[in-house]
Amino acid sequence: MAYFLQQLINGLTLGAIYGLIALGYTMVYGIIGMINFAHGEIYMVGAFVSLISFLVLGAAGITWVPLMLAIVLVISMVFTSIYGWTIERLAYRPLRGSVRLAPLISAIGVSIFLQNYVQLVQGARIKPLPPVIRGGFTLMGDGDNFVVQLSYLQIIIMLLTVGLMVAFTMVITRTDLGRAQRACEQDKTMAALLGVNVDRTISMTFVMGAALAAVAGVMVTMYYGVVDFYIGFLAGVKAFTAAVLGGIGSLPGAMLGGILIGLIESFWSAYFTIEYKDVAAFAILVMVLIFRPTGLLGRPEIEKV
Amino acid sequence: MTETVMVDSARAVDWWAVVKEAAITAAIGLALTVIMVGLRTVESGGGLIIETHLTEVAWFVVLVFVGRAGMALLRQGVAVPVLVVSLAVAVGCWFVHFPSSVLQLLAFTAGAVLAIRALVLARIHRSPLSAQERDQRMDRLGARFQDAARYLGPALLAFAAVLPLLPFADRYIIDIGTLALTYVMLGWGLNIVVGLAGLLDLGYVAFYAVGAYSYALLGSYFGWSFWVCLPLAGIMASCFGLLLGFPVLRLRGDYFAIVTLGFGEMIRIILLNWYNFTGGPNGLTGIPRPSFFGIAVFERSPPDGVLAFNDLFGIPFSTLQRVDFLYYLILVLALIVNFFTLRIRRLPLGRAWEALREDDIACTALGINRTNIKLAAFAIAAMFGGFAGSFFATRQGFISPESFSFMESAVILAIVVLGGMGSQLGVVIAAVLWVGLTEFFRDLAQYRMLAFGLGMVLIMVWRPRGLLAHRDPTLLLHPRLTARQRQREAENRA
Amino acid sequence: MIMPSPVTRSQPGGPALLEVEHLTMRFGGLIAVNDVSFTANDREITAIIGPNGAGKTTVFNCLTGFYSPTVGRLTLHGANGPVLLERLEAYRIAQLAKVARTFQNIRLFQNMSVLENLIVAQHNKLMRASCFSLAGLFGLPIYRAAERAAIEKARYWLDQVNLTDVADINAGNLPYGGQRRLEIARAMCSEPVLLCLDEPAAGLNPRESAELAALLCKIRDDEKIGVLLIEHDMSVVMKISDHVVVLDYGCKISDGSPDHVRNDPVVIRAYLGEDDDDVTASEVLAAAPAVTVTGGRS
Repeated sequence: MAYFLQQLINGLTLGAIYGLIALGYTMVYGIIGMINFAHGEIYMVGAFVSLISFLVLGAAGITWVPLMLAIVLVISMVFTSIYGWTIERLAYRPLRGSVRLAPLISAIGVSIFLQNYVQLVQGARIKPLPPVIRGGFTLMGDGDNFVVQLSYLQIIIMLLTVGLMVAFTMVITRTDLGRAQRACEQDKTMAALLGVNVDRTISMTFVMGAALAAVAGVMVTMYYGVVDFYIGFLAGVKAFTAAVLGGIGSLPGAMLGGILIGLIESFWSAYFTIEYKDVAAFAILVMVLIFRPTGLLGRPEIEKV
Repeated sequence: MTETVMVDSARAVDWWAVVKEAAITAAIGLALTVIMVGLRTVESGGGLIIETHLTEVAWFVVLVFVGRAGMALLRQGVAVPVLVVSLAVAVGCWFVHFPSSVLQLLAFTAGAVLAIRALVLARIHRSPLSAQERDQRMDRLGARFQDAARYLGPALLAFAAVLPLLPFADRYIIDIGTLALTYVMLGWGLNIVVGLAGLLDLGYVAFYAVGAYSYALLGSYFGWSFWVCLPLAGIMASCFGLLLGFPVLRLRGDYFAIVTLGFGEMIRIILLNWYNFTGGPNGLTGIPRPSFFGIAVFERSPPDGVLAFNDLFGIPFSTLQRVDFLYYLILVLALIVNFFTLRIRRLPLGRAWEALREDDIACTALGINRTNIKLAAFAIAAMFGGFAGSFFATRQGFISPESFSFMESAVILAIVVLGGMGSQLGVVIAAVLWVGLTEFFRDLAQYRMLAFGLGMVLIMVWRPRGLLAHRDPTLLLHPRLTARQRQREAENRA
Repeated sequence: MIMPSPVTRSQPGGPALLEVEHLTMRFGGLIAVNDVSFTANDREITAIIGPNGAGKTTVFNCLTGFYSPTVGRLTLHGANGPVLLERLEAYRIAQLAKVARTFQNIRLFQNMSVLENLIVAQHNKLMRASCFSLAGLFGLPIYRAAERAAIEKARYWLDQVNLTDVADINAGNLPYGGQRRLEIARAMCSEPVLLCLDEPAAGLNPRESAELAALLCKIRDDEKIGVLLIEHDMSVVMKISDHVVVLDYGCKISDGSPDHVRNDPVVIRAYLGEDDDDVTASEVLAAAPAVTVTGGRS
């Protein structure tokens, strides 16, 4: 029971991270109908920016955790967003209205580029970061050897995720930008005719997605304490699976899918084999796409004749 | 970006706009690089420290500023000064010490591209060609190329056939030729799925892996000869293709792509972890080498009762004989794929693939069973992948999951896409370029994948159907025009 | 070459070819087609008309298997006895029941040549002839003969729709009218017993419309097949139809000969609204081609 509870906590934490990345996939898919294959790499860039920021802040002597965390979050979000914006501008925008599969191929190119770019400038080795936030609550002592731990870091990750979700929902439902995004999702031509700046709206979608991925990057850097240039690929596939599982195009679906994937991965590693935990994600992806391509919360798509 | 601007010397240059545009771009360049390039994490003792490389960032920002200013000036019709400056940069960058060779290359490329654009502007008194004109020119080039293929194809084939006999063909050259031909074969195989049927398969390397492991396992455990295992490996791979294809071929294009990617990775992870069967990350070694069609072997002193290749022909032994044999083997295998593709395009099955790529709903309305047709494409391409895989296994004598990563799929896909989807000769050129450039720039191997990713994006932005994409009708009612003449006629009609 | 000519019936219509009974199609809460029944006879042109959004294209999509109807029975009396269309997959309807269709927004194989479009339409026949590609791969004479026959069939239809000269250019490069005609020729190459045309005259000029009308009559009389037609151009509908079915808001409101429909007060109300008592349907519909109800979605 205690073991189960611990896995539940770990799974939820992991799920929160996947959910944040999945939001980026789902938003971009919703608005321009493309799979932003490079989104996992954006998250990886976010993780590196946060790693570097932590190190710089540490060297500068800023060690008060809340301040440090706030600065790192802001820096990561800002700089990663610029990556998101630039990629959209250079690699995707010229392809709008091109051959159907061109944006996906271009996205694969971007993904390969970013991976090798980071490997070149930052090195291929795994980068460790000493724990920033230590300690936590001991929820349940299971007699002698096994204790259930809920670390402060896990609480922060979950609170931050919930907070971002709330803020994000407000942006989508309450602001002009959100309204423009929803309009572009329905009909870009009509939105443009009604005075919505479609290009800008799409750019902002990428910026928001990248900012959320950056937060996920910060969390993962702190949570695992290691970063390398290759983390984006798998995290990207898993987050994409989460987006599909939740119903691509649906924002609550992405979060739900993320949490489910996190839980599945955590329980799979705990009760089955850890080697095949990545196979689990792929298997779920294939299953969902075959049996329920609309996902849990997605709307069915009718084939237009 | 593509509007036509007449050169008007009387018009004043809006310097403020140029500086503003360049400054904004430079600021973005600064933001992109200041952390990732400027602050590097380096291991020191137990932890990480930060090493600053801000000079590189500064160089980069200056380059971006100058480059963007040059582009802005070109748009305003200033040709000659930009030409002079960019030429100076392109030449001068070789004499200046740059903090990194990438920056030097960047300076050179930017200078050269700007110089060419400026030259075009000065010559034709207009801004760069519009996207449509450019596309039309490339279409014409594709058509011309298609006509040339009639002579170029046989010429290339003849060259490939006599390559091992040429005086300069040492072991190194033959090895590179074999590698290039392997990519050609894989490219042609994938071309069936991507180019003809229009299905983006991101996991093609999985079938390559299935073929390789099938041969390696059958050959080592049962001691079956290569010639028995080759068809078996092909059948095995195509069974995998059917198994995967059956559920996923109903999916829409991009979902399909991601699922094939997932499948490829799953195969790799299983190979990596199924230690007893596949040897895990260590792979399989001692894979039997191919014999000369079961008649003779390529060894100096073969075991009793087995004929050596050199004795069969009464020539002295040379290690090159096996290398040459492998070269011809892959050449023949690749040609089989080519023959098949050229033939099938003129058959109902091939036409149905292309029709499916164009409009699958119309296909259904004409009574074409989409799933079966796609499945056929998938299984056949998988079979060719399997052949190539077992060739790879027998050539290397050693295989491990590392050879079958997603990157390999991406490279094969890029070869197909770069050459022009559906173009057979385009695949050859792209494969030769890929292998050739990789060998040629061995010193810059670390930048290889960087350039590769960039190249994929550029090709998609510039010409999404591939550089030499040109499609000839598979049968003609009035067979008298060349591709180029038909292209011109189509342009006139449009 | 078909010139516009006065259209006359050369022979009477045949027995019932298609029976639609109680066809209903729901999308969530929306009832697109509501309990529609009608019959289309062999060797007749049956037109389905109605204002935009009346559910005409939905009827077509149910008939050709792209949607599976919520309720209803669709029986096709082909050469091999009756076939229940609602039980077949879309491609089987074209393959077995021999129902061919065109699309409202033209769906050609744009980057394939005009001739290739017509050869793809004969896919199933050629596929059998090529022994599922085996005979074809080795270039056996059995396949070559079949291919020659297919080309001859294509040539015949190219002549009928006046596209022989442009047979080798890509279908996407044809002008709009040519694309419409090619789509009909492609459907005919699949040797249908029932040809379903979704707004074939949309976007055509009056001369092209007249040519189209003549072509459809020729198809009915020479090929002896049934034609089902969705059309807004009343000049075409009233001139060539043998039988007209009128839909409005998913329901059938009238059914009969063109003259009957023209004078049906329910029809005119559907087209002009409730209060126009002083205008009769015949005035409106007979005034065609001046009154052409055009529009996109239907």
